[in-house]
Amino acid sequence: MSVTGAESASGGEAQQADHQHQTVPSDISLRVKSLESLLVEKGLVDPAALDALVDTYEHKVGPRNGARVVARAWTDAAYKARLLADASTAIAEFGFLGVQGEHMVALENTPKIQNVVVCTLCSCYPWPVLGLPPAWYKSNAYRSRAVIDPRGVLQEFGLELAADVEVRVWDSTAELRYLVIPERPAGTEDLDEAALAALVTRNSMIGVENLASPKQVAK
Amino acid sequence: MNGIHDMGGMHGFGRVPQDPEATEPVFHEVWEGRVYAITRALGPWRKWNIDTGRYFIEMLPPAEYLRMSYYEKWFTRMVTLLIKTGTVTREEVESGRAAAGSERLTPALTPEMVPAVALNRNIPSSYEPGIVPKFRAGERVRALNIQPLGHTRLPRYARGKMGVIDRDHGVHNFPDTNADGRGPKRQHVYAVRFSARELWGPEASAHDFVYLDLWDDYLERA
Repeated sequence: MSVTGAESASGGEAQQADHQHQTVPSDISLRVKSLESLLVEKGLVDPAALDALVDTYEHKVGPRNGARVVARAWTDAAYKARLLADASTAIAEFGFLGVQGEHMVALENTPKIQNVVVCTLCSCYPWPVLGLPPAWYKSNAYRSRAVIDPRGVLQEFGLELAADVEVRVWDSTAELRYLVIPERPAGTEDLDEAALAALVTRNSMIGVENLASPKQVAK
Repeated sequence: MNGIHDMGGMHGFGRVPQDPEATEPVFHEVWEGRVYAITRALGPWRKWNIDTGRYFIEMLPPAEYLRMSYYEKWFTRMVTLLIKTGTVTREEVESGRAAAGSERLTPALTPEMVPAVALNRNIPSSYEPGIVPKFRAGERVRALNIQPLGHTRLPRYARGKMGVIDRDHGVHNFPDTNADGRGPKRQHVYAVRFSARELWGPEASAHDFVYLDLWDDYLERA
């Protein structure tokens, strides 16, 4: 089978020239299938392992993990202290470490401090606690603007901060991965840990939104 | 390298495109999931490390980098590195078939291993008492004004700027040398706090700060 555009994937100096001839990759799906069958034939990858990986990140690893960590921090002061002092060890209590989440740091939002996480150089993201990143986090707009115009970006997410709130943008340039602990919303005193975890959104754990009181949401 | 990937502070990309959190799929197309999974399944062969992987996305020509979707970049990087490392040949990629008589291996990643590589309790050590930190929390530092041609994790927007060491993250591989085979050159990484005014000038808010994780070799005392 001839794979149109496969020459664009060549290495070395030829790469730049080859790219000029690349057609619009409507056939990317075919090229991926072709590569997978080659790698399976050579014994480099097991298709069942690929299925398991896709299923894991579609259904088993995602922001519900991070939400459980946040809810525990809200309800257990000793846990929160451990999380802020050594996030990897505290998150390991849940078994939520793993690739792209080995070296964790937890950041606590307060009425006076808003932490926001970005990766300007690629799209580093804490996979074990938040899953794979959403498209907006990988967008050129977010990567370019979060560090120079954080308040403008937050406004687009519906978050208007008072001028005296300190904004801390964390650019994930190394292997540290950041989890924001959003403020616990008002009116949640009667909720248990599981009910609290259900309130925690992915975006609040990146720091681009704050959580509304469930009573406000009901209205 | 001063590549298109180093986007912090650029203008012109518009508003942040938002999909509703509740309904956005993890993979927007089936092939994206396969590219992600194949990349992960190749990892245990240790044909290249994470820094090399990032470097080979950064070396895409800028116009291609901007045109390609995220997983298209991953796919292109994977094919390039598979050929470069001699894991497959260009002819095999083009035909989609293994060359006659080529070796048949046993996959490094089995389905049974997947849960443990996705989620586990293993805390990797970044504590190496033999490697002494050059800086301490609270010290004022300046990020070097350097223009490396190879891979680097020191973004342009922080070069030459003054900041304060916020905390020591322990010892990590140095990406600039680890990406191109010169070795991990392990050293301390710190969260360094820069004021927005130092980075962007007097128009920036006095209440805004940017933290970058930077290695000993990127910093000097200020």
